[in-house]
Amino acid sequence: METTERSVMERGEQRPAQPPEAEAPMASTFEVKNVSIWYGEKRAIDNVTMNIATNAVTAIIGPSGCGKSTFLRALNRMHELVPKTRMEGTVLLHREDLYSSSVDPSIVRRRVGMVFQKSNPFPTMTIGENVIVGLRLNGVRNQKFLNERLEKSLRMAALWDEVKDDLHKPGTSLSGGQQQRLCIARALAVEPEVILMDEPCSALDPIATAKIEELIYELKAKYTIVTVTHNMQQAGRISDYTAFFYLGRLIEFGPTTKIFTNPSERQTEDYITGRFG
Amino acid sequence: MQFQRAHHHTWRKIKSALASGIAFVSALLVIAPLGLVFFYLLVNGAGSVNWDFFTKLPAPVGAVGGGMANAIVGTLELLAFAGVIGIPVGVLGGVYLAEYGSARINSILRFLADVLNGIPSITWGVVVYGLVVLRFKGFSAYAGGLALGLIMIPLILRTTEEVVLLVPNGYREAALALGVSRWKTIVHIVMKTASKGIITGILLALARVGGETAPLLFTAFGNRFWNHSLSEPIAALPLQIFTYAISPYDDWHRQAWAGALVLVTGVFCVNVTVRILTRGRTASVV
Repeated sequence: METTERSVMERGEQRPAQPPEAEAPMASTFEVKNVSIWYGEKRAIDNVTMNIATNAVTAIIGPSGCGKSTFLRALNRMHELVPKTRMEGTVLLHREDLYSSSVDPSIVRRRVGMVFQKSNPFPTMTIGENVIVGLRLNGVRNQKFLNERLEKSLRMAALWDEVKDDLHKPGTSLSGGQQQRLCIARALAVEPEVILMDEPCSALDPIATAKIEELIYELKAKYTIVTVTHNMQQAGRISDYTAFFYLGRLIEFGPTTKIFTNPSERQTEDYITGRFG
Repeated sequence: MQFQRAHHHTWRKIKSALASGIAFVSALLVIAPLGLVFFYLLVNGAGSVNWDFFTKLPAPVGAVGGGMANAIVGTLELLAFAGVIGIPVGVLGGVYLAEYGSARINSILRFLADVLNGIPSITWGVVVYGLVVLRFKGFSAYAGGLALGLIMIPLILRTTEEVVLLVPNGYREAALALGVSRWKTIVHIVMKTASKGIITGILLALARVGGETAPLLFTAFGNRFWNHSLSEPIAALPLQIFTYAISPYDDWHRQAWAGALVLVTGVFCVNVTVRILTRGRTASVV
């Protein structure tokens, strides 16, 4: 019992985390400045400022209700779906203001894709239809183009080999982990620049989780990835940068190695070592 | 002590048996009317359900034979016209209640729809008589269809709203996160996911108004011949049954029984279809 636990731990530690050693001057995809968000009277995000690096994985950690998901959803304006939301501050995506009045939220969401905690392939559609639904409903009709994008997206999501003969089967016939990769393929098919992931593995078993983590590692070569996670080991394994949120505030943000080995803030250390949260 | 406990035990057993016995009898009493109706209709009507019944016009008074072909077709025409009015308004209204609108306005609309559902059907007949029949100076298929369509609206509205609300929010979010617009998300994702439930609601509403007699009495009025124009009176099965049942002729009574049997069988078939539709796969059960 004890030995297996230790070996799992050791394996976890041995996983290469690819941390940039110092804060290299990397290009920023998002520049978030003084963002605060209210749901009605309740302030969910309190004056957060941070830059999110391009082609890197940024993990957002923190206890439940700390504003992680709200912050993530502010990056593609999904938080606006909740009635009575109010926001202050600016979010720039490649220097463009996401919240300027001339910007259509649908266009923002095409550029900033999202994968959810619970895999949600559309139950009325086949595997193939699920992948290209974003393109189809945005008006793409060219069947050849759709077929190419279908295969490319499924390959990128590391699902092609498993489903290529079953594209006509319902999307919900897949296993949990496959469904989540199908959702990733669906998000990739509209060719976003950024992929937001809201606890993408929290409903999956360890093997399916490992596959998704590997996929995230491969995807960051082409995409900027921001992921919310409850799992500290996962944040350590997959992310280059880690942001720790507590009670709506950004407590600490920096390279993952630093946050996990030598945090500057006492609260970060307490959370990471499991003293609260 | 021992004796007392045993005594209590027996008494409890009796009470338990009594309770389940009463429940069982009540359950039987619920099903009994359906059985009785079918039994009576079969005994009295089965003999008169024949080829002529479906293909011939009513025979003149005194002549034996004839059928209800015009009434059967008339009911179908009325249902089609009612559907044209009731289905789009009911479905879109239900989608509005579930997807748009403020909580306060929606609760008012919902309450009003429930009030409409409770209005006696003859009231609809009177309203349409006043609005359409008097204005256009004549009974018509339009008026009958309109009355039935108005009855369908609140029925379909409420069932549509319920099944659309059952669609998990994750599907809406997933579509919106792909940059799909709100109305396309509602039409292609939400309504498609809820389509079985919506169709079920429509079929049940059609079955319900298909048997309505009162709203047709002074709108569609009935007709002993084929209807050649929707602006003329039209025959309907329930109306024909009503007319024949209160007539003094035995032959007409038999025909009324046959008509009732056909009508109930039709409604029964719709309900069975609905059961089959809603059984399906669990994934898209809504």
